[in-house]
Amino acid sequence: MTAISSDRGPTQGGSEIPFIGAFLGVGSLLALIVAARTTDSLMSAHAMMFLAAFIAGAFALVHHLSSGKTLDQSVYETGVVKAGVFASVFWGIAGFLVGVIIAGQLAFPNLLYFPDLPWTNFGRLRPLHTSAVIFAFGGNVLIATSFYVVQRTCRARLFGGIAPWFVFWGYNLFIVIAATGYLMGITQSKEYAEPEWYADLWLTIVWVVYLLVFLGTLLKRKEPHIYVANWFYLAFIVTIAMLHIVNNLSMPVSLLSTKSYSLFPGVQDALTQWWYGHNAVGFFLTAGFLAIMYYFIPKRAERPVYSYRLSIIHFWALIFIYIWAGPHHLHYTALPEWAQTLGMTFSIMLWMPSWGGMINGLMTLSGAWDKLRTDPVLRMLVVSVAFYGMSTFEGPLMSIRAVNSLSHYTDWTIGHVHSGALGWVGYVSFGALYCLVPWLWKRKQLYSNAMVEWHFWISTLGILLYITAMWVSGIMQGLMWRAYNSLGFLEFSFVETVEAMHPFYIIRMSGGLLFLIGSLIMAYNLWRTAKGDVRAREFAASPALAPAE
Amino acid sequence: MAHKEIDAPTGVETTGHSWDGIKELNNPLPRWWVIVFWISVIWSIAYWVFMPSWPGLTGYLKGTRNHSERANVEKAVADLQAARSDQMKRLLSVSSVSEIENDPDLQLFAITAGKSIFGDNCATCHGAGGQGNVGFPNLADDDWLWGGALGDIQTTIHYGIRSDHPQTRLNQMLAYGESGALSGEQISDVVEHVMTISGREANAAAAARGAAVFEVQCASCHGADGKGNKALGAPNLTDGIWLYGGERTDIQQTIYSGRGGVMPAWTGRLSEEQMTALAVYVHSLGGGE
Repeated sequence: MTAISSDRGPTQGGSEIPFIGAFLGVGSLLALIVAARTTDSLMSAHAMMFLAAFIAGAFALVHHLSSGKTLDQSVYETGVVKAGVFASVFWGIAGFLVGVIIAGQLAFPNLLYFPDLPWTNFGRLRPLHTSAVIFAFGGNVLIATSFYVVQRTCRARLFGGIAPWFVFWGYNLFIVIAATGYLMGITQSKEYAEPEWYADLWLTIVWVVYLLVFLGTLLKRKEPHIYVANWFYLAFIVTIAMLHIVNNLSMPVSLLSTKSYSLFPGVQDALTQWWYGHNAVGFFLTAGFLAIMYYFIPKRAERPVYSYRLSIIHFWALIFIYIWAGPHHLHYTALPEWAQTLGMTFSIMLWMPSWGGMINGLMTLSGAWDKLRTDPVLRMLVVSVAFYGMSTFEGPLMSIRAVNSLSHYTDWTIGHVHSGALGWVGYVSFGALYCLVPWLWKRKQLYSNAMVEWHFWISTLGILLYITAMWVSGIMQGLMWRAYNSLGFLEFSFVETVEAMHPFYIIRMSGGLLFLIGSLIMAYNLWRTAKGDVRAREFAASPALAPAE
Repeated sequence: MAHKEIDAPTGVETTGHSWDGIKELNNPLPRWWVIVFWISVIWSIAYWVFMPSWPGLTGYLKGTRNHSERANVEKAVADLQAARSDQMKRLLSVSSVSEIENDPDLQLFAITAGKSIFGDNCATCHGAGGQGNVGFPNLADDDWLWGGALGDIQTTIHYGIRSDHPQTRLNQMLAYGESGALSGEQISDVVEHVMTISGREANAAAAARGAAVFEVQCASCHGADGKGNKALGAPNLTDGIWLYGGERTDIQQTIYSGRGGVMPAWTGRLSEEQMTALAVYVHSLGGGE
């Protein structure tokens, strides 16, 4: 284990414990009051969940204190990263599974419709899927990798003593509150921001602690410079805080009610929502995962990053331009045309800044391309960058108003999102997890490289089936919607366009199923790796590819 | 700080930084990347000059092309309506099928318009080709509940069936079992009678008893022979076409609980011309009288 910094910033830890303790106490009290006084049964259920979580947290805190253990400041904090890896895999599989189920509901709406079980309705399961994959899977991957990367690249233990554990459990409590809320029918009807006001407040608290832990670790770093991955993580954390707070500004009906009303009226609400929604893509799913790319690709390939200058320029260009691009989600709506124009042109200008990350990722392989043949984990990481390049080209293309008039509201959009989500976010996360598990559990190699190969090829086939089906069906759908006959009447009724989608919905569902199967193979492989097993047939043959820490 | 060094495989100098073993090459920005970035910036600036763009305190830059998507849509809609307007006006005065049939252009126009309107308003219940569903009549056959002449169809479309319109078509198939008007045995007997008149095997004794009940309870609407009455919207029970199914259990259910499907009135939702076109289309589906 590398010697790490302990001579800058707080060294002893423990000063956070009174704060966390007081917080859990006040939180329990509030939850108890709400649970006792509310007449809203849904609010009551959530207050009880908060209460249970706070009490469990208090027990854990007491247990930690009474064990007499002091945190060893001379080693890296790895426990919370391990927990994050576990949560990532768990939520990933849950999210992919719900995705397959709702894809099935779209393909076979009459078979998978249960009017007596409202929580199985597509309208409730759809946000469960999106939040599970973006925030539960993606968020846990980001928190886990950021805690790992910032320590290694700063040569400093995580700041804040047990505060990182508060971030981990607090964030996952938010996920549970959000998910159970969707199933019970609680939503503020903002896409990717469905949780109601109290869940939003809770996430804000957790996120501020996350920011403090990250900043504190940066401040006590032993390295003279801050590594590029940490710029991206910091941009992700800061911007998500800003987006989350502004988009969720709302007035609860009462402090005892789940319902709230947005601060913004009409089209202003729409614009705020898509300023949030697009930058959730930009700063959560792009900046955050670029940070992962910037650490894990050079580390795995054992090659230097291609260009320091490119990393600086494309970082700042990305940060400055991305934040303006949101209005392209509102072409041909009540949004004033000038705002649509700005959203579209900034999306076009965003093309090269996005590709800067792709160039740096791919070109880092210079001098090590041969490793793609032998190391399926590195191949997964590199293919993720290729998908990143493809979807960040497709995005600006679809933001052009004339293209958007065809693509908007069609399944082309869904295909675009999934080439980014499955190909980029999914694969870069899988690659990072395949690296992290042997490093964290101190194993020389993965349980099985052959299983990584299987995961790679099954999932890649799944992604290709998914996005090609959605390209074809989306463009077909758009063309059918706009087809007029010679007498000036619509050629197709809406239900005919729905019927035409049927075979493609089945292909899409199959693609998603393959992706899910791939992730199950990964989960098994990672579990056996953590246990310390090596698949017998591979024991003698394979060279140790992972750098053993 | 570490010293700058030359990376062996590429021959490029590093920046001298190192984090957890990760170094950085000091490669310049790829030239094509810089060029394409500036092209996208220049294109965007040019776009701002031509099109509505930056806001100010009292408005926004309108752009030299004076482009307005809203005006374009209004014009496109107006053009479309203008292109259709002559034929649409003629549809207003149509009163009989022969009038349409003698004018192939108008007929084609009406059927095309009607098909489009049918697809987005009627197909949900009656099926994409008007073939119907359980509880939703087939419009493509020649079995009509309320009459299949153009005027009958128009009336149905205008006012609906058991709708909230004051002039709605209205009748009621009573719930003979639920209301206690008929006993279980009587209902079973009537079912046997209905099986008989619809040309199927039935228990003759029961059917005979059922015929007597039918005479008293059912014949006033369905007719003594069970052939229905279009003026009242009473279905023909002898033709083997069933709105709610023709098996014994279906018929039993119908007599026991009654039936009363609703078709909304389209007056106020569709224009007169549209409803005429729709009626012409439905009339053309195969069974128009």
